[in-house]
Amino acid sequence: MSPAKATAVKRVEATGGPSGETEELISGSEAIAHVCRLADVDVITAYPIRPYDTVMQCVSQMISNGDFDCEFIVAESEHSQFEIVKHASAVGARVFCGSSGVGWFYAFEALAVTAGLRLPMVAMVGNRALDDPGAFGVEHNDALAVRDLGWMLAWVSTAQEALDTALIAYRVAEDPRVFLPCAISCDGAFLTHSQAIVNVPSQEMVDGFLPPYDRAEKQLHPDNPITIAPQANEDWLMEMRRQNDMAARRARDVIIEAYEDFGAKFGRGGEPFIERYMMEDAEVALVGMGTLAMPVKVAVRKMREQGKKVGFTRVRWFRPFPTQELQDALGGTKAVAVIDRDYSFGSTFYSGTLTNELRSALYPLESRPKIVSTIAGLGGREVTADNVIEIAGMAFDVAEGGDVSEEDTYWIGVRE
Amino acid sequence: MAEADVQNLEDFLATQVLDPWKGPKKVPAEEYFTSGHRTCQGCESAQLMKLMAKAGGPRSIVLGATGCMYVANTTYYSTPWQIPWMHTQLGSTGSAATGTAAGLRALMRKGKMKKEPINVIAVCGDGGGVDMGLSAISAALQHTQYNLLILLYDNESYANTDIQVSGSSPYGANTTFSTPGKARRIMHRRWKKNTAAMLAAGHPECKYVATVCTAYPVEAMNSVRKALSIGGPTFIHSLDPCPKGWDYDPKYSHELGEIAVETGIWPLYEVEDGKLKMYGRSKRIVSGQFKRRPVREYLERQGRFAHFTDEDIEFFQAKTDEMWEKWLLPGVIPFAEA
Repeated sequence: MSPAKATAVKRVEATGGPSGETEELISGSEAIAHVCRLADVDVITAYPIRPYDTVMQCVSQMISNGDFDCEFIVAESEHSQFEIVKHASAVGARVFCGSSGVGWFYAFEALAVTAGLRLPMVAMVGNRALDDPGAFGVEHNDALAVRDLGWMLAWVSTAQEALDTALIAYRVAEDPRVFLPCAISCDGAFLTHSQAIVNVPSQEMVDGFLPPYDRAEKQLHPDNPITIAPQANEDWLMEMRRQNDMAARRARDVIIEAYEDFGAKFGRGGEPFIERYMMEDAEVALVGMGTLAMPVKVAVRKMREQGKKVGFTRVRWFRPFPTQELQDALGGTKAVAVIDRDYSFGSTFYSGTLTNELRSALYPLESRPKIVSTIAGLGGREVTADNVIEIAGMAFDVAEGGDVSEEDTYWIGVRE
Repeated sequence: MAEADVQNLEDFLATQVLDPWKGPKKVPAEEYFTSGHRTCQGCESAQLMKLMAKAGGPRSIVLGATGCMYVANTTYYSTPWQIPWMHTQLGSTGSAATGTAAGLRALMRKGKMKKEPINVIAVCGDGGGVDMGLSAISAALQHTQYNLLILLYDNESYANTDIQVSGSSPYGANTTFSTPGKARRIMHRRWKKNTAAMLAAGHPECKYVATVCTAYPVEAMNSVRKALSIGGPTFIHSLDPCPKGWDYDPKYSHELGEIAVETGIWPLYEVEDGKLKMYGRSKRIVSGQFKRRPVREYLERQGRFAHFTDEDIEFFQAKTDEMWEKWLLPGVIPFAEA
C-alpha cells in the first residue's frame, strides 16, 4: 500500500451531534494516530517496518499539516526507538511507539526494561510473522513474546476498537496504581491497512476521560534529584519483582474502572477483557483474538441457523489475562475450540500460547469443558468461515466423545 | 516558518551559560558526585564523573549506561549522585540522551513544565560507546535540536565484567578474552578505534567534539562546560587509566594519563564549530616543541603489556609514529592524500 493511501483521511460526515464525534473512513493505524493527537502525546519515535509503520506515516502527516504537535524522532533502530521514548517517559512526557515482527524483537531489551522501570509507554504492534522467512502477514508471536514482562497486552478486532482501546490504554498505563506499559495489537493488513467507518471523539470528550500524565515523585528532574534503576541484587530484587507483580494485579481493577467510565462518556466500549458472542446458551465455544472475530462470527451465525448451540468468546486483553471472565464464559460449555494465530513449538500438546493459557485458567473449575487446540491463519493466511465450521465440528466431536483428541494440536488449512 | 515558530524554536535551543574556570582555585567547592559508590581505588572514571558533575552543576540530569559507572557507582540503597541520575541500557547512551532532551523540550514547549535550560549528560564506557552504542550515539549527534552531551569514559576494556577486550582496547593488551598463551602471544590484534575523530568527521553539524584526560582536570571540566554551553548534541571522549584492567599500582593513575598524552598515544584536541584545536602537550607535539616520549615508557608500566617482546613494542611505536608523521591531521585524521 502506498504511503499516500495509508495516510489519507477521508471525512465522511461531520455529525456534530451531542456526542461531538466525527465519523471518518480510516484504517486501524490511522485510528491510533488520532489517539496520539487527541491524547496530546509529547514524544513519538518511528522506525520503518511493515505493517505497523502506517501509524507513523499518519502521525508524520498530521505534524506536517499542523494538526498535531510533538517531538517526532525517526530513530536509527527499533532498539533506539523504544529507548528514546522510555527516557522521555521518565522525565514526565507522554509517549507513543510501535513496531512489528522482528522489529519488536530488535527492541526486546528496551521492552523488558520499560516494564521493569514501570514506565507507562503505549505502543502499537502491527502483528506480523517473525523472520525467517520474511513474511508480512499476521501472526501473534511478536507481541505475545513480552507476556511475562509486565506489559499489558490488548488485541483489537476493528479500527473503532483500536481507537477506543488506545485511549483506555493511556488511562490505565498512566494510572499511578499501575504505571506499566501497554501494547495494542492490530492484526497486520487485516486491521493496519483496512479502512472502516470510525467515530473519532472530540478533544473535549478525550480531555474529560484522560487526565494528564503525572509522574509525581518518580519524575526525573533537577527539582527531584532521584537515582532511578540503581544496581540491585539478591538482597532487593525479589521485592522489586513483587512490586511489579502487584502492579500487574492492580491493573485488572483499573481496567474495569476505565471501561465503566469510557462506556458512560462515549456510549460504547463493551465488556472489559472479553467479548461474548452468542454465548448465552452455547454448548460449544470458539475462542480467539483479533480480526479472526469476523469469520468466526459469520460461521457462528451460519451454525446457529442450523440449530447448533455454538458461541464465540474473543479475548480482548491477554495481559492481564482474563482468568475469571473466561471461567465464567466457558465454564458452562461442553467443549471449547481455541484458534491460535501463533505457535509455541514443543509446548504442552504442541499448542499455541492462547490455548496453553486458557487450559491453565480452566483447570481449577470443578466441571471443565474439553479443549480442542488448533492453529490457523499463520503468516496472514485467511481463516475462512468454513475453516471455523470445521473447527467447531471438532469441538462438537470431542464433546460427544469422538475421535478428536484433547492431547494434540490441529493445524487448520495446512498442506501436509 | 512563522515568526512565532522561529522564536519558539530558538527559545528551546537555549543552553546554560557555563564559562570556563580559569585555574583550579576558581573551581567551586560543591560536589554533585560524592560518597556512596564502590569504585576501585585509583579509578579515573569515578574522578571523571566527579569532575563532570561539578562542571555541569545542579541543574543537570545524568544518564548512565551499563558499565563500571553503573555497577560500581549505584548500588541499591546508596547513590553518589546528588543530581538526578538514571540507568540506561548498554547500547542506549545516545538514545537516553535524545529521549531525555526530547521529553524536556516537549514538556517545556507545550507549557507542561517550567521552562529552563537543563543539562542532559549521558555517560558510557568504551563497551557502551565504542562498541554496542555507536549507532545510537551517531544518531544522537544528528538531532541538532536537542542539547545534550555524550561523555565516553574509556578505560579500554569491559572492566566491570572482568576485563574483556573492546573495540577501544589497545593492540595486544592482555584481557580475559585475549590472554596470552603458549601458542599465541598476541590474541587481540585490532588497533584501537579512533572514536572521537570518527564522530567529529562523520557529523559535520555537531558543534563540539573533544578528547580529555583526567590527568588534566581543569581542562576536562572546561571541556564539559563548553560542550554543555555550545548547543546541540556534543561528544567528549576521555581516556581513563584503570588500575584493575591495566594492572598497575592505583597511585599511578594520574601519571599514566600524563604518559599516555606525552607518548602521543592519547592526543588531546577539540573540534569546535568545525575548527580543530590541539591543546596541552599534544599541541606542543604537533608544533615540534615537545618530543614524544617512547611508548615503551607507557607500555612497561602496565601488566596488561607484560607479555610484549621488543618486537611488539617496536610495532606499537611504529603505529604511534604513523599517527603523528603520516596522518592528514596529526593525531586526528588517519589517512593522507594519495
